[in-house]
Amino acid sequence: MVSVCFYFQVHQPFRLRKYSIFDIGSSDYFEEKHHLKLNNEAVLRKVANKSYLPANKLMLDLLKRHPEFKLSYSLSGTVLEQLEKYYPEVIDSFKKLVDTGRVELLSETYYHSLAFLYSKKEFKEQVNLHKEKINDIFSYKPRVFRNTELIYNNELAQFIEGMGYKAILAEGWERVLGWKSPNFVYRPKNCSIKLLLKNYKLSDDIAFRFSERSWEEWPLTADRYAQWISAINGNGECVNLFMDYETLGEHQWHETGIFDFMGKLPEELLKNPDNNFKTPSEVADSYKVRDEIDIPHFISWADLERDTSAWLGNKMQQEALQKLYNVEKIIKKNSNKHLVEAWRKMQTSDHFYYMCTKWFADGDVHKYFNPYDSPYDSFITFMNVLNDINLRLEDKKRGD
Amino acid sequence: MKVLMFGWEFPPYTSGGLGTACYALTKGLARNGLDITFVVPYLPEDQKVEFVKLVGANTIANITIIPVNSTLTQYSTFESYEERIAKLKSGLRDLYGHNLYIEVIRYSIAAAQLASQYDHDVIHCHDWMTYQAGMNAKEISGKPLIIHIHNTVFDRSSLKPNEIEYQIERMGFENADKIIAISNKIKNTLVSKYGIEPNKISVVHWGIEEEDPDYHLEVKKPFNTKIVMFVGRVTLQKGPDYFVEAASQVLKYEPDTRFVVVGSGDMLPRIINRAIELGIIDRFNFTGWFSKRDVYKVFKLADVFVMPSVSEPFGLVALEALKNNVPVIISKQSGVSEVLKHCLKVDFWDVNELSNKIVSVLKYKVLYQELKNNGFNEVNKFNLDEPAKKVITVYNEARQW
Repeated sequence: MVSVCFYFQVHQPFRLRKYSIFDIGSSDYFEEKHHLKLNNEAVLRKVANKSYLPANKLMLDLLKRHPEFKLSYSLSGTVLEQLEKYYPEVIDSFKKLVDTGRVELLSETYYHSLAFLYSKKEFKEQVNLHKEKINDIFSYKPRVFRNTELIYNNELAQFIEGMGYKAILAEGWERVLGWKSPNFVYRPKNCSIKLLLKNYKLSDDIAFRFSERSWEEWPLTADRYAQWISAINGNGECVNLFMDYETLGEHQWHETGIFDFMGKLPEELLKNPDNNFKTPSEVADSYKVRDEIDIPHFISWADLERDTSAWLGNKMQQEALQKLYNVEKIIKKNSNKHLVEAWRKMQTSDHFYYMCTKWFADGDVHKYFNPYDSPYDSFITFMNVLNDINLRLEDKKRGD
Repeated sequence: MKVLMFGWEFPPYTSGGLGTACYALTKGLARNGLDITFVVPYLPEDQKVEFVKLVGANTIANITIIPVNSTLTQYSTFESYEERIAKLKSGLRDLYGHNLYIEVIRYSIAAAQLASQYDHDVIHCHDWMTYQAGMNAKEISGKPLIIHIHNTVFDRSSLKPNEIEYQIERMGFENADKIIAISNKIKNTLVSKYGIEPNKISVVHWGIEEEDPDYHLEVKKPFNTKIVMFVGRVTLQKGPDYFVEAASQVLKYEPDTRFVVVGSGDMLPRIINRAIELGIIDRFNFTGWFSKRDVYKVFKLADVFVMPSVSEPFGLVALEALKNNVPVIISKQSGVSEVLKHCLKVDFWDVNELSNKIVSVLKYKVLYQELKNNGFNEVNKFNLDEPAKKVITVYNEARQW
């Protein structure tokens, strides 16, 4: 039996507006009016119309048509907050999906942050904030955890086990798996929770290669893809297909046929009685642990490197992150809720991704979409805002 | 392949980027095995008396330099030419054209005669004053004419483009077998303002000398004051006024900063007056014209180089700054911004954004370091071979035309 396990990541950051040295003194950090690429409401509406709404409609339809179909989502706190504010219809459509009882919601940091790398205390607080948010909106309690950008190591797994989760997700990268297949359930080193590994080849066939005309499998059809999955029967128990939800309609445009492909896939998969669908916690419950996986260093699902260099590979990123977490104690002592929130919104990994200079000169726009003119511009904006926060903290201290 | 090239000045006697760029291209072509006969206007009465000797002593393989007696200089205008000719002794004056356009024609006839003396396969011209010479040479030898465009009349004039220069340019473009533009920006101007067929134009961005002893000058900074640097003709196209306005904003945030303006030009008095008006003249140094070596010495002291050009067909000096380990801020309107990534870019008119970026480079040390290091790595990918190879491709296309 092969269980297909879909997990889609739904996330949007609060982008910082163009904030120059002359703006220091004003606290509207996230309210861009002129540059559309930085206008959070405009971006959200665009993505929702192109991706979230049509994709949710399709998924609801598939759930109705196929009682066997199941899937899971991880929705960051920052996207939920923006959807509530700018586009509540999208929240309603997600609720309908969850109400079917066949959609699992995963746990993550509220601010889609890198907090685990800088402050365990902050990390735990953000995981709990996210838990509350999911409970408030969906009356749902997640039992499986995935960290921002699938950043993962042994220590994280232990920490998550300590927080009471039954399973955790990670990238199924052969550099750490060796001869082991990602199509089984494992156990992190010195842990008893389950470890689910992404089958990145099959995931990326949809997420990255689907519309690539130079790919020898183009155009990919649902029946051929279903055959590849069926072929795993006999040497695997689960196929974990993890990807950004924006794959449907935003990364792969409607015109590429991505919605038709997804619409036919469950039917094609179910033609083979040896295939079924499971959510991450069902996979964790159904299959035995095959081995222990030792991942001492951080890995992620990003780039060919599968490391953390896209967010902390250069000095600007390291400086920005360090300076940001340096103020944790003092900002938490400060009773101003808005300032703490702004500080947390600045922890979202996207801000550091925009500062990435790897391959920047190669002009690979697909890999490094950046709403700012350059990584340097994004650093300048970030540091100017952080300066404003610091000035406010100093003012407050003087006032006390 | 043999090239008959009509160019301008040769180092060390250069007054701008064009001389440096032509020299670099010639060197790149020579390295790729081409023979170049390089024709330059030259006035023995000028201080350039030792020019021929100097060229002779520094002869680079495959390059022959032919000076042709003329009062033309690279950035001549109708007015500046009159000033120049007025300074000559009366007997000498009669040898040359009494105005710029007459001199261009006189020079063209003299220079084109060389086409019958020097064997060549292609004719290559740089900028409007040599187009007539190139066309005359083509008539004599029947070889293909390649026109290389570094700027057009729209880049040179601040207000109304000069009609005569426009017509000479258009005639040159129409008569050329192939055109080389130094940026997409220039190519677009040719298509939109001169009605030239786009497929006749190849874009070849400039490269820069990979090695130069002057990149390694040892200059110690005697103080901690931060230095912001401007290099170029102090004229409207280069945006020196935006530099001064930005300086006054920057000083509010980073008071321990000095601003160095290297270069001279018609706008210098206006710029000095504006700095006085703003009460920041004591934060400025105006150095006048500097040799390349002296410019590079200032680079060694500078914390950031700013090129706020209103119009900049390419902007080679930005690459020179990076070669000298200085982070650069360039205008989005410059040709070099089409190819350079590791730098900061601003719209030239956006003084607030320019100031924001200058302050940021001075204030955030890691930003300074990353721009400097990544910019240096990136500029090392620019060399003389790439552009030379592209130019050779254009020569071959022109010969099969």
